[in-house]
Amino acid sequence: MIELEGLTKRFGTKVAVDHLSFTVRPGVVTGFLGPNGAGKSTTMRMMLDLDNPTSGTVRIDGRHYRDLDEPLKYIGALLDAKAMHGGRSAYNNLLCLAQSNRIAERRVGEVLELVGLTPVARKKSKSFSMGMGQRLGIASALLGDPEILMFDEPVNGLDPEGIHWIRNLMKTLAQEGRTIFVSSHLMSEMALTADHLIVIGQGKLLADTSMADFIHKNSRSYVRLRSPQQEQLRDVLHAAGMTAVETAGGTLEVDGASTERLGELAAEHRIVLHELSAQRASLEEAFMQMTAGAVEYHAHLAPGAPPPDAAAPPAGHGAPQWAARDKGA
Amino acid sequence: MSTPYQQPGSYASPIPVRGAHLGDALASEWTKIRSVRSTIWTLSVMIVLVLGIGLAVAALVSAAGESAELGDESVLAMGFFGILPGSICVMTLGVLTISSEYGTGMIRTTLTACPSRGRVLTAKAAVFFLLVFAITTVTAGLVAVMQNAMVEAGEPTGDEWLRATVGVGLYVASLGLLSLAVGGMLRHSAGAITTMIGLMLLPLVAAMFMFSESLQDVQEFLLEWAIPSQLIGIYGEAAAGGGSGPIGWEPVGIMLGLSLVALGGAYATMSSRDV
Repeated sequence: MIELEGLTKRFGTKVAVDHLSFTVRPGVVTGFLGPNGAGKSTTMRMMLDLDNPTSGTVRIDGRHYRDLDEPLKYIGALLDAKAMHGGRSAYNNLLCLAQSNRIAERRVGEVLELVGLTPVARKKSKSFSMGMGQRLGIASALLGDPEILMFDEPVNGLDPEGIHWIRNLMKTLAQEGRTIFVSSHLMSEMALTADHLIVIGQGKLLADTSMADFIHKNSRSYVRLRSPQQEQLRDVLHAAGMTAVETAGGTLEVDGASTERLGELAAEHRIVLHELSAQRASLEEAFMQMTAGAVEYHAHLAPGAPPPDAAAPPAGHGAPQWAARDKGA
Repeated sequence: MSTPYQQPGSYASPIPVRGAHLGDALASEWTKIRSVRSTIWTLSVMIVLVLGIGLAVAALVSAAGESAELGDESVLAMGFFGILPGSICVMTLGVLTISSEYGTGMIRTTLTACPSRGRVLTAKAAVFFLLVFAITTVTAGLVAVMQNAMVEAGEPTGDEWLRATVGVGLYVASLGLLSLAVGGMLRHSAGAITTMIGLMLLPLVAAMFMFSESLQDVQEFLLEWAIPSQLIGIYGEAAAGGGSGPIGWEPVGIMLGLSLVALGGAYATMSSRDV
């Protein structure tokens, strides 16, 4: 279990992490999501006592990181796969870590086998490809067989095979009852692996919710309609008390109505339909919507891109959880 | 903590927590220093320089025969000519021992595994110091024995033998330790190596150009207290050619003290700065 309380980090006048408080619970994969520059890596470095917080505390199983006797046996971290001495062999890089934590030398061979690096164990780690480097970093995180594992953007720069391998590894590790804390800037990646979600933007907590809740709250469902009698259809919908939004593609989108109801309504008024389909906005859209105000490096919207409110939660859902948390956090 | 971490319903590792101590950090640092090429290279070059230059000087003096006029003077001071360039290799290794960790990012992994900055720094310093001390003492001893056999001169006293071997070993290892501390403070290999070489050579170079009468005191101070002058002072008064600079065991104490103070500074920067 990792507990953050009012964690703050300032670099000069810039606030990188702003009063962050949350708990990473055991036995689940917790996704740590935020756009680039949101403060994810800084937060993780403070968790490992590499950066000193300006204020606030982090506790690992109730203790400060610096007070952990053999930290590799509590928490294994992959922050930066290249954080190894390139001139040293993979085996020796792991051996010196194992020795500093009283881990038996045989464990080095075990983790190398686990990540599939046994054939290159004696090779210098600077000759490793991105994927091999990532595997070596994961081997070092697993060295102490820790209860908590922390991965910073583990799939970055990996090929599909590597991504698949890491996803499965994280699932397996979580099934063993371990605490997994993994950061990403890709919502789609998180949707596949995480059970719980913590979203930050500009160092502030935007959401702390279960993945299921997030999907339920944020994936807007609507019905798409296309008809040669567009104007007539619109009037009918309006008369039935539904608001239809016309899109750039010439279709109508209706929130909060079933396809059955809309189909019957069209038939009743003898309107020809060319399309009647249920749609679901992607989680990526929901994430972008959530962090829109908190993205540090904005690209200018290209003409024709959907207006920012296109993915707004449907009326009746109430204000999303994160909107209220934004100020409280 | 002597029991493995356990919490109901969560993962319990079969690897017990046994309480790592400085000894484990020393083992780790020993693995690190012996498993990179820069250690092998810098130390081999140092041995070659000390032996090569030492023997060449002895051969030259021996060939000059009577005209060298060594008389009753000990031959051991000739070791200085090899030790001086050799110590530059040691300074380089000292800096690299710590700054290469910052350069590669390994330091983040190291401090994640051992969050106690004091323990990491102590282990690094101890392993490096002992390694350099052992190698320098043995090499200096070897060259001294051979020089003594090659050149006809007075038999050195026991204390002279001790200073030319153990004393030189301690001085060079302390100089390396100072470099390690500077590397820890500057965190940049090239910057720290340049700083150390400057510290070694600049006082002498600067003193060479102090012609002015008013600077004579400064010039004298620099000439007597520069690192090469201290090193030659270890061999004794005759070798140093008089003057009021540090002589005998004094330079060893000075350099050891200086390196410990610098290590304190490195500890302070490591504890307060972000990695």
